[in-house]
Amino acid sequence: MDKQLSYNDKVVRQFAIMTIVWGVVGMLVGVFIAAEMIWPGLSLDMPWLTFSRLRPLHTNAVIFAFGGSALFATAYYVVQRTCHVRLAFDRLAAFTFWGWQIVILLAAVTLPLGITQSKEYAELEWPIDLLIAVVWVAFAIVFLFTIGRRRVKHIYVANWFYAAFIITVAVLHIFNNLAIPVTLTKSYPIYTGVVDAMMQWWYGHNAVGFFLTAGFLGMMYYFVPKQAGRPIYSYRLSVVHFWALIAIYMWAGPHHLHYTSLPNWAQSLGMVFSVILLAPSWGGMINGIMTLSGAWHKLRTDPILKFMIVSLSFYGMSTFEGPMMSIKTVNALSHYTDWTIGHVHSGALGWVAMMTIGTMYCLIPRLFNKDAMYSTRLIDVHFWTSTIGVVLYAVSMWISGITQGLMWRALNDDGTLTYSFIESIKFTYPYYGIRLLGGLIFFAGMLVMVYNVYMTVRRVEPQAVPVIQPA
Amino acid sequence: MSSSWSWFIVIGTVLSLAACFWLIAWTNRQRATDKEIKESESHVWDENIRELNNPLPMWWLWLFVLTIVWSAFYLIYYPGMGSFAGVGNWSQEQQYADEVAAAESKYAPIFAQYGATDIAELANDPAALSIGASLFSNYCAQCHGSGALGARGFPNLTDDEWLWGGAPAQIEHSIVAGRGGVMPALATIFASDEEIDAMVAYVRAMPDGLDASSPAHGKYMTLCIACHGPTGAGNQVLGAPSLVDDIWLYGSSPYEIRKSIIEGRNGIMPANGELLGPDRSRILAAYVYSLSNR
Repeated sequence: MDKQLSYNDKVVRQFAIMTIVWGVVGMLVGVFIAAEMIWPGLSLDMPWLTFSRLRPLHTNAVIFAFGGSALFATAYYVVQRTCHVRLAFDRLAAFTFWGWQIVILLAAVTLPLGITQSKEYAELEWPIDLLIAVVWVAFAIVFLFTIGRRRVKHIYVANWFYAAFIITVAVLHIFNNLAIPVTLTKSYPIYTGVVDAMMQWWYGHNAVGFFLTAGFLGMMYYFVPKQAGRPIYSYRLSVVHFWALIAIYMWAGPHHLHYTSLPNWAQSLGMVFSVILLAPSWGGMINGIMTLSGAWHKLRTDPILKFMIVSLSFYGMSTFEGPMMSIKTVNALSHYTDWTIGHVHSGALGWVAMMTIGTMYCLIPRLFNKDAMYSTRLIDVHFWTSTIGVVLYAVSMWISGITQGLMWRALNDDGTLTYSFIESIKFTYPYYGIRLLGGLIFFAGMLVMVYNVYMTVRRVEPQAVPVIQPA
Repeated sequence: MSSSWSWFIVIGTVLSLAACFWLIAWTNRQRATDKEIKESESHVWDENIRELNNPLPMWWLWLFVLTIVWSAFYLIYYPGMGSFAGVGNWSQEQQYADEVAAAESKYAPIFAQYGATDIAELANDPAALSIGASLFSNYCAQCHGSGALGARGFPNLTDDEWLWGGAPAQIEHSIVAGRGGVMPALATIFASDEEIDAMVAYVRAMPDGLDASSPAHGKYMTLCIACHGPTGAGNQVLGAPSLVDDIWLYGSSPYEIRKSIIEGRNGIMPANGELLGPDRSRILAAYVYSLSNR
C-alpha cells in the first residue's frame, strides 16, 4: 500500500505506550511524596529524595510526561482520522516523540539534583526549555500542516481545541521562560519582583487552562462520541464555549496572587474573569454528558464510558470549585491550605487522568488491530480503583484544607490565636493517611492497566490502517 | 499607573466582556435558521462522528449572562478598571488597616489591664498566663519549643538558668529589645591543631574544675576569661554562658565545642517590642517568668 494512503500510527503507538509508562512513574513518585508527608524520614537523609525535589518531579511527570504523551498521541490520532489524511512530515513527528522523551529524561535527572528555576510547573532550566520550545514548534508544524492537508472542508471541533492548546502552550512556555543564562544549569528570569510573579501565574493558570483543559477537551470531543456511538450534542454550544474558554482563561492567572503585592486592579480582574469562566467551562461538560443521552444504557456494560462520564463529572465539579475559590473571600480561607491540593487533584486525577485512561482503553486496541482490550472486567476493576482513589484523595484534602484555614484564623476572646501552627499540622495527619491510601488505590489501578495493556498488545504485529475516504 | 496604561486595561477589559455578550447574541441569532442547522448536522468525520446542533441550554445561557452582568457591577464598585479605584473605594491595604484598627479597639483594653501590673504578680494571674501561653505558642514556640524546653542553639526557659538574667525586668527586656550573643571565631589564635584539641578537652572538663596543668589554661586565663570569667561562671551582662554547669547550648561533643571555638556562634533573640507592643510583651514576660518560678 502506498504510504500516503495509510495513517501514521507508529508515532501514536509510541506516545500511547509511553503515556502509560509515565503515568505509572509519575503517580509512583506522587505516592512516595504523599508518604513523606507522614514519614519525612523516608528521604533517608538523601537530598535527592527530599519532598522539595521530588514534588516538582511528580508534577512534571504527571502533567508533561503522562498528560503530554497522551495529548501528543491523541492529537496525532484524531487529526488524521478527522482530516482523512496521513499525518504530515513522518520524520518531524518522530522527532517530536524522541525529543519529548529526552525532555522527560532530562527532567528526571535534573530535578532530583536540585537544578531548578523555582517556577512552579516551569522548573526546568534553560537548555531543557530550549529543547521543549523546539519540540513544541515541531508539534505545531506537524499538527497544523496535517489540518492544512485535510480532505474535508470542515475542521472538526476536537481539532480546534488541540490547535488552541498547541499554539497557546508555545506562547506561554516561551514568554514565561525568558531568562538570562549564567551557567549551563542556572539562569535568572528577565522579569523582576511582582511582574515575575504575574508572568509565572499567567503561565501557571493557563498551563491548567490550555494544557490540562483545552487539550483534554479535544480528546473528549473525539473519543466520547466515538465510544458512545452518539453524535455530539450541540455544535453551537461547542462554538460558544470554545471561544469563550480560550478568551477568558487568559485573564484568570492573578487569582493565584490574591492579597499579595500584586496591585488591587489586577487581582480584581483575575477574580472577575475566573468567575465568568464557570459557564464556558461547563459548556464542555454539558456537551460531553449530553452526548451520552440516549446511550445511558451503555454505561451498564461499558467501563470505558464510565471512565469518561465520571471524568466529565469531575471536570464540572472542579470547574465550579475553581471559580468559587478564586473569589477573594473564599480564597482568604482556602489559599495556602490543602484545599488547593484537593482541588488540583480532583481536576488532575478525576478529569485529566480518568479521561486519559478511558481514551487509552478505547485507543490501544485500535492501534494494535484488536477489537477490544484483553479484559473488559479489568477495565471495570480499574474504573472502581480510580473512582474510589480520587474520592478519598479529594475528600480528605477538603477536610484537612478547610480545617487548616479555620484553625489558622480562629481567635480566643482575648484576640490571641487559638491554635499554634504545629497544632494544625497535627490535625492533618490522619487526612494525610487517607490521602496516601487514595493515591495508592489510584496507583494500583494503573498497575492493573499495565497488565491489561501488555496482554492486549503482546505478540501483535501492528498493520497499517488505510486512510478512510471522506463521507 | 500612567493614564495610557490605565485606558489600555479598561479598553481590553470592556472589549472582552462585550465580546462574550456578542458571542451569546450571535449564537442565539442562529437559532432561527433551520437550514444552517441541517447543514452543520450533515457533516461526518471518520465514518461516524457527527454533531447535532441543539440550542444552548437556557439555564446555562443565563448563568453565563449573569456572571457577565455581575462582573460589570463588581468592576464599578471595586478597583479593576485600570487606575479607577471603584466607587466603594476598597483596597486590600485599607481592608488590612481597618481590620487591625478594629482588633486594636476590641482587644487592646484587655491587654491594657495587665500592662501596669508587676510581672511577678502577673505570673500568679491565671487569666494573664492563659493569654501568655497563646502568645508563646505563636511567637516563641518556633525556636524554644511548645514546652519551652529549648533546642540546640535555643535556650531552655524552664530550668532557671539564664544567659541574660531571669529577673522579671531582664526577661521583659529580652522579649522587647532582643538579644545578640556573640562567641567570636578564634581559629587564628591557635598555632596548631593540637592546641585546639587541648582547648576543647580543657573546656569539656571545666564543670569538674579548671585544670591549671592543661596547656590551654594560659589561653583561657588571658582570652576566654574576658567574657566567661575567671571561674568559668559566665557573665549575664554579655550573655556569655557558664561553662561550669552541665548545660551546653550548642552541644557538648568535642566536635561541637571545637566548632564553637574556631567558628564562633551567633545567638540571636529577635526584638518583639514593636510587633507585640508593651502590654502583650509584659504578659509574655510574666508567662516566661512563671515557667521557672512555679
